Amino acid sequence: MTSDRRSVTLRWLFLAPTMLGVGIFVLLPIIGSLVLAFFRWDIITAPQFVGLANFTDIATDPRVGVSFLNTAVFVIFAVTAQLIIAMLLAVLVHGRMPSWLRIFFRSTFFFPLVLSAASVSILMRYLFNESYGVINWALSLVGIPAVPWLTSPQWAMVVVIAVYVWQNFGFSFLLFIGGLGAIPTEIYEAGAIDGATGWKKFQRLTLPLVSPTVLVASVMGIITALQIFDQPYVLTRGGPGDATRTVVMVIYESAFRQLEFGRASAIGLILMILIMLVTALQFRLSRRFVFYQ
Amino acid sequence: MTRHLPALAKYAALTVAAVLTLGPVWWTFTTSLRPAAESFSLPPSFFPTSPDFSNYVAVFEQIKVPLLVLNSALVTGIIAVGQMVTAAMAGYVFARMSFRGKDALFAIVLSTMMVPVQVTIVPVFMIIRGIGLSDTLLALIVPAIPTAFGTFLMRQYFLGLPLELGEAAAIDGASPWRTFFSIYAPLALPGMAIVGVLAFNYHWNEFFRPLIFMISEQNYTLPLGLVTLQGNLGTGSISIVLAGVILSMIPAVVVFLFGQRYLREGLTAGTSK
Repeated sequence: MTSDRRSVTLRWLFLAPTMLGVGIFVLLPIIGSLVLAFFRWDIITAPQFVGLANFTDIATDPRVGVSFLNTAVFVIFAVTAQLIIAMLLAVLVHGRMPSWLRIFFRSTFFFPLVLSAASVSILMRYLFNESYGVINWALSLVGIPAVPWLTSPQWAMVVVIAVYVWQNFGFSFLLFIGGLGAIPTEIYEAGAIDGATGWKKFQRLTLPLVSPTVLVASVMGIITALQIFDQPYVLTRGGPGDATRTVVMVIYESAFRQLEFGRASAIGLILMILIMLVTALQFRLSRRFVFYQ
Repeated sequence: MTRHLPALAKYAALTVAAVLTLGPVWWTFTTSLRPAAESFSLPPSFFPTSPDFSNYVAVFEQIKVPLLVLNSALVTGIIAVGQMVTAAMAGYVFARMSFRGKDALFAIVLSTMMVPVQVTIVPVFMIIRGIGLSDTLLALIVPAIPTAFGTFLMRQYFLGLPLELGEAAAIDGASPWRTFFSIYAPLALPGMAIVGVLAFNYHWNEFFRPLIFMISEQNYTLPLGLVTLQGNLGTGSISIVLAGVILSMIPAVVVFLFGQRYLREGLTAGTSK
């Protein structure tokens, strides 16, 4: 009897910090965002109900449109590059190799993940500098003229993507290493008898067998990439012009620069709905491509 | 000979990838040892010829490194320990106890994993102001301690521990508290280490929330301080900025060396199947 009462006390006491925290700092703020999106509020004067005005503003503000477009371009290229590079390296590292070398390569590709995006972006700013950066110096050795990496609209986005992929491909790489490790070797032995080698082996056996991992890696990759902020903030401040301004940068600027908290909340809500839609869509599409053993 | 060609191509590709991955960090290190006046000279410095540590001294003069490190360490340390404890507690309840509404509560916790920090940042900012924590380190710490992902990890971890241990203890008359503290909590330490190392990695490197919450420079964390250092110096001397970057990486690298296994397990937990 007493033991029962004690376990009820323990249950609620143990759940309290997490449930209270999630309630106060996630659920309540989601409701807050939902409400705030219909108000104009600068934190100083009283909030003013404006109906859908924030949403119509957003729809007609070219800067917001550009930020969504930039984010879409960023997500498509960054996640595709991240997955391809990670898969290629995972297949190579998974092959026959002395174990110390395998550990070396695995640790190397994982390493950039532990660094802060702010530090990485600072050092990359110097590497990509037009006149004294190492990258243009290396290109000059093979006769390629200096590229205005961070000062031209097209190249700036390329740099943001490259820096992001450099830092994050290790995450997908780790997932793929795990997925490849789970494939039973008998399947390859059977494949070898049927004459599957090289590209055919990869396409017909490896890829279908790791497809669940590919799904997880792409879902997580896209959710993370949609929230891109640190790299463009430090590398380019969203410029030149609006070339690298992302959705989260616009949320930040609307709220904490222009003090338009309602507008920022509305953009945040749209981003959240977008993330949910993309994730749902991926799981739907995956029914056709993902193969479960 | 031709038989070895694929292996050769494989190692060549891997070596190129490894050089591209480590190269920028190595360049940062060697350039941080160059005299400030030569920061911009090309060809770049790939090997430190006459190492000059004065840039590291200069970092300490330009920004309050000890204060930034202390702030970052306080914020990251308290969050990490807080997450380990609260996630273990909640994870234990979700894994080991049955009561009405448990599944619904767990579903709520899980669903918050999908909500990006930027979506809730404005209301969180208001709540922080409301409870009088704005521009204090607690503004970063308090909202970050409850962790949906950590709770999920710890639940999985407890599910993997044998049920019989707790049953045997109960038969011997151990209270639910005692069963948790003397039997399950010690066994869960490796799982808690995963939560702690992940929290350390994320919050040590965190930039977005400190940028918004911290107004006074005395409350800046390391990533924020570094970006300020870069802004202050403009294009003055990259060697000093890079020395700061290297300094900020040291704790991350130490955690990488000791916590690599936990980080790897945590990042891939529950995702390969």
